Amino acid sequence: MTVAHAHAQTPAGVSTETYATVAATGAASGGTTGRTVGTRRRRARRNWAGWWFVGPFMLIFTLVFIAPLVYAIYLSLFRETLMGGNSFVGLENYAIALVDPKFWEAMLRVSLFLLVQVPIMLGLALFAALALDSARLRWVPFYRLSIFLPYAVPGVVAVMIWGYMYGSQFGLVADLNRFFGMQLPSPLAENLILTSIGNIVTWEFVGYNMLIFFSALKAVPQELYEAAEIDGAGTFRTIFSIKLPSIRGAIVIATIFSVIGSFQLFNEPSILQTIAPNSITTYFTPNLYAFNLSFAGSQFNYAAAIAIISGVITMIVAYLVQLGGDRNGTKA
Amino acid sequence: MSAVESGVGSRPAPSRLASGRIARRPGRRDRATPRHKRASITLGILMTVMLLYCLVPLWWLVVSSTKTMDSLYDSFAFWFSGEFALFQNIVDTFTYQDGIFLRWLGNTLAYVVVGAGGATLFATLAGYGLAKYDFPGRRWVFAIILGAMAIPASALAVPQFLLFSGLGLTNTPWSVIIPSMVSAFGLYLVWVYAREAIPDELLEAARLDGAGEIRIFFVIALRQLAPALITVLMFTVVATWNNYFLPLIMLSDAQWYPLPVGLAQWSAQSSAIGGQAIPNLVITGSLLTVIPISAAFLYLQRYWQSGLTAGSVK
Repeated sequence: MTVAHAHAQTPAGVSTETYATVAATGAASGGTTGRTVGTRRRRARRNWAGWWFVGPFMLIFTLVFIAPLVYAIYLSLFRETLMGGNSFVGLENYAIALVDPKFWEAMLRVSLFLLVQVPIMLGLALFAALALDSARLRWVPFYRLSIFLPYAVPGVVAVMIWGYMYGSQFGLVADLNRFFGMQLPSPLAENLILTSIGNIVTWEFVGYNMLIFFSALKAVPQELYEAAEIDGAGTFRTIFSIKLPSIRGAIVIATIFSVIGSFQLFNEPSILQTIAPNSITTYFTPNLYAFNLSFAGSQFNYAAAIAIISGVITMIVAYLVQLGGDRNGTKA
Repeated sequence: MSAVESGVGSRPAPSRLASGRIARRPGRRDRATPRHKRASITLGILMTVMLLYCLVPLWWLVVSSTKTMDSLYDSFAFWFSGEFALFQNIVDTFTYQDGIFLRWLGNTLAYVVVGAGGATLFATLAGYGLAKYDFPGRRWVFAIILGAMAIPASALAVPQFLLFSGLGLTNTPWSVIIPSMVSAFGLYLVWVYAREAIPDELLEAARLDGAGEIRIFFVIALRQLAPALITVLMFTVVATWNNYFLPLIMLSDAQWYPLPVGLAQWSAQSSAIGGQAIPNLVITGSLLTVIPISAAFLYLQRYWQSGLTAGSVK
């Protein structure tokens, strides 16, 4: 995803898949994460046997997650100099990053993306989930599967498909131009590229989010609907007073992971860059910037600082979303 | 407060995977039937628009892979045209650059089998361990895993690369496989599921009968966990098959690439100045990459949806 989207399983990664995955937890948890941990059921007995099961996971987890995290912090405190080798510079890399216009331009861009794309995608997903759950639609499994299918398409392939369709040589835009004898603005032009990326990300993840919402809706107790019906509630009243509050947990989690995905945007811009090199800079998103600093510029220390700052900003925003979700919840 | 929580009491039934009836959970899914109302035409139209939005790009992919390079450029993009070149395109895709596409396909399969398989195994073991045992350090394990899930992966990519590089693992399959074997989400899902699906009494009974912990897991628990396990497997398979960023940074030698990275390279070559343009191979290769994962996905979804939904009823 990139955009937010898919990252979870490959810890490494910033890949899109991850996001999706984690978002699925939203459905699974229904927002009650952790509350019941350890309280509902008495633990059988306290001994070391559990480590046999948790140990292998933790071993790899340490190697893949924790060690790199510690190493990133360490790296960010040093700088490679031409003669002196590696020297400790304290927080200097951070100080530079905080006034780096390229970094802030990238941050601003993903923030804009987040404010526009995430509401559209989640709104569409919510609409589709409610439609599937409404009992007023035929062929529900067919719709559900078809809308979900793009999630299985590799992000790279999704970007290529859309990239070709956007292109003026063959594809949708070319055909429209030819058919109507006009010259549409190119979706790959600098002023439209962010919108075009937003469309790709929406295409990839709308079905995924729909499924999260749909699963949560399926878990709403039937009695609530019956009660509402007896009280004379109409379709929209039921949606706003029962369905939406009931799946608030899933909505909050989907939002959080879409936020994270937006800040991590990488696959789409990096692949589109080969088709539209003039529209996508090397610092188009924070992630792309950190990647290019490391792998094209060998500035590993500075890249680590950039990655950590954008990580911290992401966590703050995600936390605010969660706070907002909780506050609304108590009101409802 | 949320309705999700108020579903307490309906503990997921034991897995019916063995009997092949796992796909349907009577009660939850079927209850939609009684409240079937008159179909809404407006809703049907709106949802069909959405369906077209989701399927048209895939249709384009299918149609385009049947075209020769020439008709790609000068025919209507959404319908078949000219010579039906699908089979020729497939042959060309597999033979281009000494058949490297086949090599990428094999790599991807290997990464998926070992990486996603390992991720599912470890996540299942650990999720079960966290749900059913109290052991020293358990709280720490929770805190660390949940905390790490909140950390954007971008902060880790570069140090991960440098660390693996220090270990001499970059540019080997292990640099892709090892990180793929961790699924924090999978662990979380199994843990939530195991808490409800496996009664402690069952485990106690087995212990009284003298069964060892490992045996209890494989003989008793694993069967109960099947829906969650398939859900995790599905997500890790999709994630590993589609993974781009991780192999991109870890691998420099094209012979270790998985399909997405290889395709991206072909695509970049196509648009580079002076590079050989092979859009028909990029498109056919994309189709060949999408088909197996979509098939696996469509096949498994009926199982894993029950796992996903089951987790939401607590």
